[in-house]
Amino acid sequence: MSAAQWRRAMNTGAGRNAWARGTGAPPAPSQSETPSQGEEGAGVGGLLAGLFRQIGFRHVIVLAAVLIYPWVATPFFIFQIGGQALALGLIALSLTFVGGYGGMVSIAQMSIGGLAAYMVAIFGIAGEAQGGASSLGWPWWIAVPIAIVIATLFATFVGWLSVRTEGIYTIMITIAIGVSYFYLMQQNYSIFGGHEGFNEVNAPTVAGIDFRKPMPYYYLALALALAGYFFIKYLLRAPFGVALQGVRDNPRRMNALGFDVTAHRIAAYTVAGFIAAIGGILMLWYNGRISPGSVDVGPMLNILIIAVLGGMRHPIGAFIGAIVFVLVQNFAIDVIARERFNLVIGLVFLVIVLFSPDGLLGLWGYVRTRIGTRSVQSKMKSGGVG
Amino acid sequence: MNQRFWKWFWIVVIGVPLAVFAVWAITADPRRFVTTLLNGITLGALYFLVASGFTLVFGLMRNVNLAHGSLYLLGAYMGWIVGDAFGDWNNWYSWLITIPAGFLAAALVGLVLQVGVFRFMQGQELRQTMVTIGISIVLADLMLWWFGGEIYSFDPPKVLHVPLVIGLGQHLQPYKYPTYRLMLLVVSILIGGVLWAFLNRTRIGMMIRAGVDDRNMLAASGFNVQRVFAATFGIGAGMAGMAGVLGATQLSVSPGEDSRYLMVSLIVVIVGGMGSIPGAAVGALLIALGDQFGLAYAPTYGVVFTFLIMVLVLAFRPSGILGRRMA
Amino acid sequence: MRRSRAAWLGTAVGGALLLAMGAGYGAHAAGDTITIGVLATLEGPFAVPGQDSMRGAELAIKNHNGMAGGKKIEMKQYSSDATPDKAVASTRKAVEQDKVDVMVGPLSGDEGIAVKNYSKTQPQMTFINGSSGAQATTLQDPSPNFFRFHSEGAQWMVGLGEHALKKGYKKIFLVAEDYGFPYSQVQGFMASYCAKGGHVVKKAWVPLGTKDYSSVISTIPSDVDALLIVLGGSDAVNFLNQMEQAGIDKPIIGGSITVDQTVLNYKGKKRESLLGTASAGPMADSIDTPEWKKFVADYKAAGFKDAFPSPSLFAYLYYVSTEAALLGIDAVKGDLSNNETAYKAALSKLEFDGPAGHIKLDANRNAIANTYITEVAKAADGSFYNKVVATIPNVDENLGLSPDEFKKMGLGNRDNPSCP
Repeated sequence: MSAAQWRRAMNTGAGRNAWARGTGAPPAPSQSETPSQGEEGAGVGGLLAGLFRQIGFRHVIVLAAVLIYPWVATPFFIFQIGGQALALGLIALSLTFVGGYGGMVSIAQMSIGGLAAYMVAIFGIAGEAQGGASSLGWPWWIAVPIAIVIATLFATFVGWLSVRTEGIYTIMITIAIGVSYFYLMQQNYSIFGGHEGFNEVNAPTVAGIDFRKPMPYYYLALALALAGYFFIKYLLRAPFGVALQGVRDNPRRMNALGFDVTAHRIAAYTVAGFIAAIGGILMLWYNGRISPGSVDVGPMLNILIIAVLGGMRHPIGAFIGAIVFVLVQNFAIDVIARERFNLVIGLVFLVIVLFSPDGLLGLWGYVRTRIGTRSVQSKMKSGGVG
Repeated sequence: MNQRFWKWFWIVVIGVPLAVFAVWAITADPRRFVTTLLNGITLGALYFLVASGFTLVFGLMRNVNLAHGSLYLLGAYMGWIVGDAFGDWNNWYSWLITIPAGFLAAALVGLVLQVGVFRFMQGQELRQTMVTIGISIVLADLMLWWFGGEIYSFDPPKVLHVPLVIGLGQHLQPYKYPTYRLMLLVVSILIGGVLWAFLNRTRIGMMIRAGVDDRNMLAASGFNVQRVFAATFGIGAGMAGMAGVLGATQLSVSPGEDSRYLMVSLIVVIVGGMGSIPGAAVGALLIALGDQFGLAYAPTYGVVFTFLIMVLVLAFRPSGILGRRMA
Repeated sequence: MRRSRAAWLGTAVGGALLLAMGAGYGAHAAGDTITIGVLATLEGPFAVPGQDSMRGAELAIKNHNGMAGGKKIEMKQYSSDATPDKAVASTRKAVEQDKVDVMVGPLSGDEGIAVKNYSKTQPQMTFINGSSGAQATTLQDPSPNFFRFHSEGAQWMVGLGEHALKKGYKKIFLVAEDYGFPYSQVQGFMASYCAKGGHVVKKAWVPLGTKDYSSVISTIPSDVDALLIVLGGSDAVNFLNQMEQAGIDKPIIGGSITVDQTVLNYKGKKRESLLGTASAGPMADSIDTPEWKKFVADYKAAGFKDAFPSPSLFAYLYYVSTEAALLGIDAVKGDLSNNETAYKAALSKLEFDGPAGHIKLDANRNAIANTYITEVAKAADGSFYNKVVATIPNVDENLGLSPDEFKKMGLGNRDNPSCP
């Protein structure tokens, strides 16, 4: 069955997904989004051809900009803004995949990234800790694959636990799993280093390149972020991704068609876990340390905030959200009253989720319909925002 | 046959160690065991009060109100202000009046939220959740602004602030237990009863229950659904506010309590079954017992017990102990 | 349509680049001003102590008339939420983006360790600790450009053990939160308490975030003489409330933040049971010296919004830390050139009299300072305050033991030291 047929089949479904659709009152079935999420013209040709067609002028500009960026920006902007946004964006991307396309909003993505980070610290090299936990001191090229495998397995377990429930329940269960993971890290001193965690877990030096330095770190994060982005873009057009969106929109129909709904959902968690694990290791190298504070409820919800802020209907939303989030976090204190800047951040977030359910991407789409041509408007009605 | 085997298998695997532990704990130090048991039950009473409002709102409107903890904190602060205003804690009624004050303050905010915000996004579950996250951030910072980071301590009537002493005959030391905690248990059972009567005996209560069972039918039958929703949200928020006062009297109020009680509500409701009030009672009891026995007998990993209970329940009954199966 | 999108993206990216360049190159201050970055927790659970820390730093600059070494001093504020990640991110912004000349902060223990590790990557900069009191910051792998001009968590408790023995507390039950700072505090208490014959019969380490202590209270043996409670802020109030409710009336010995200003000044009726509670710390509300009285008077006269009745522990610690930074600038006459080498050397040698006594540094750049033993007393107006009952001069990181003895003991943790 081709992707186009899928899309037609699913368009008629009322959609079980928990998403907000459009800005207003309860959505009419006719307004339900197309599963292709605005990647126009994809269903006509083959999947790969569609992907290549996507690489247009804007991609070239963005790619050039992110490649040139470190040569014009200061080390601070390269590392703390650029590097951090890419790493956080990668974790948020995993949430966009499992949430936006799988219909399961998992708050535990930061925990999965955090587990990978902990594993790198435990198997790899870390500084002395007061609590008595010690690292095995293995080289990074052993520690990192082990960490990714363990974190991906953990993500599969989280998926197995939470796919038994649906929609809004998933949020609650993944928060609870994340918090229990946080407490385990905080209470265990012999393995996980307790409240203090691990210090001085530095990025490795490979072939003379010290990845602790801003520029190498940035390009490492950029390469991995681009790989993650295009991997997700590819996957969404592959049979698995299309079936996953079908599962999101109408699991009963998919089940009737002979698809294993549960297996698809768990597999989505596994894929997302793999990406979150890589993002988590990038965050570890960015911070140079890991402790329970890095996987607390706050950071967990931050990933959700990033994904929603950017917009969960397109993979790029995760990165746009991350850039905005990192900029606000770093500069809000300079721009607005320092004692109440959390209030301002909260209000901005509230306004965005209240008035633009699809985050900044949705907001952009809205602005475009207002100033744009009729053809754009009609496109928007059919749901394309990408 | 096979299913029955597994049922017994798990009863044995979980039940036997628990029974062995109970026998050991009772013979080793009966006082400690009884006190820990009572601590768990009375903490469960408080957890039930907090979580029942959460589960009510969720059951009817499918709204995961992540600002529920903020309503708890708000109720506690407002209750304190009212209690302080009525005679600086010196009158016999200054503490009593804080309870309805906390309820009303939180209920009012809840009503405003439902009528002013959530009414416009009915059925958009994720969006509602995101909005409640935003509201909780804003409310937390507003409360920090107005009430500062100070610690607020309630002053209940003297009789509640001392232990109840039970004589055990001439040869044994008398048994002491905090009166306040026992009162909390009684109050919580009473409120649970009132809530039950309200849901089962009043017109609006029956509408709420009908709505929990089948929202579409309720809407189709011509009732003013919005009014039912608003009332439910008000009551649910009010329960959180009242629990705020009662919990704060036992301990104290300060910033940060909001996320703590939000987490408690979430876990209780996941374990007990989402949308079920008796489920909230069962979940609250289980979680609180795990919490207190953990703290008394295995403090290092006591916190993890709570979550272990949750994972076990999820693995075997994904919809919670008393939850209905999810379609 | 595609073109409009490209234009938008182009504008956005271009804007970001402009912002990057503008912000990056415009920030560095002119030569006759020295910028001091101050990092404290203005967010999260420690927001209130964090704000008082800022008042302490501001007061130090104000008392220097905003000048040091002939140059104008500018203070720039940075915020953290008490997590090490955020503390390092804010410090990095101050150092690399805003290019401050001296950094003062952070507030809490684990943050201090993280910033100390970060300081090694910026050897040209000078870092002065704000109020964080983790032993490991200066005892494990110290950083040559990280200075701490106040004593740490374990030093704050030195002498309290002897005081407890003097009061006849031979057997003690410990309740403390399960992480680094209480480990240090308990070690400071037990180092001398155990050596001189006291017994800590049982340690109840409660997980961070525990609020309902009733099951811990029920395990208190009836034959102990006193309780050592190392909990902070609302947790201390919660514990006291529940202890009263359970009818337990053992004397209490507190940690340095157990019966501080925030706990003594909570809103609500005061509990008489707090009176007589012994504790110890690097300062006390009622030190009877002209320096301290002037400090309190200055704090009150500064007209800070929402300030405490008298400066808190954190205001004091940030005050001395900032004062040290300014005195160092005075010593080198404002010359921070050559990667601040002369400045760092001057700081290492710096000795001065702070509000709560003389301060000098040891070889690890950690302060040797006074510790005050206090007891809660009632003032004439009915408010509670900490009355100084003894002063232990020149406490160093060996906690009153010989360097070898201390080395053998190692840093405090759940089981170390032990004397049941």
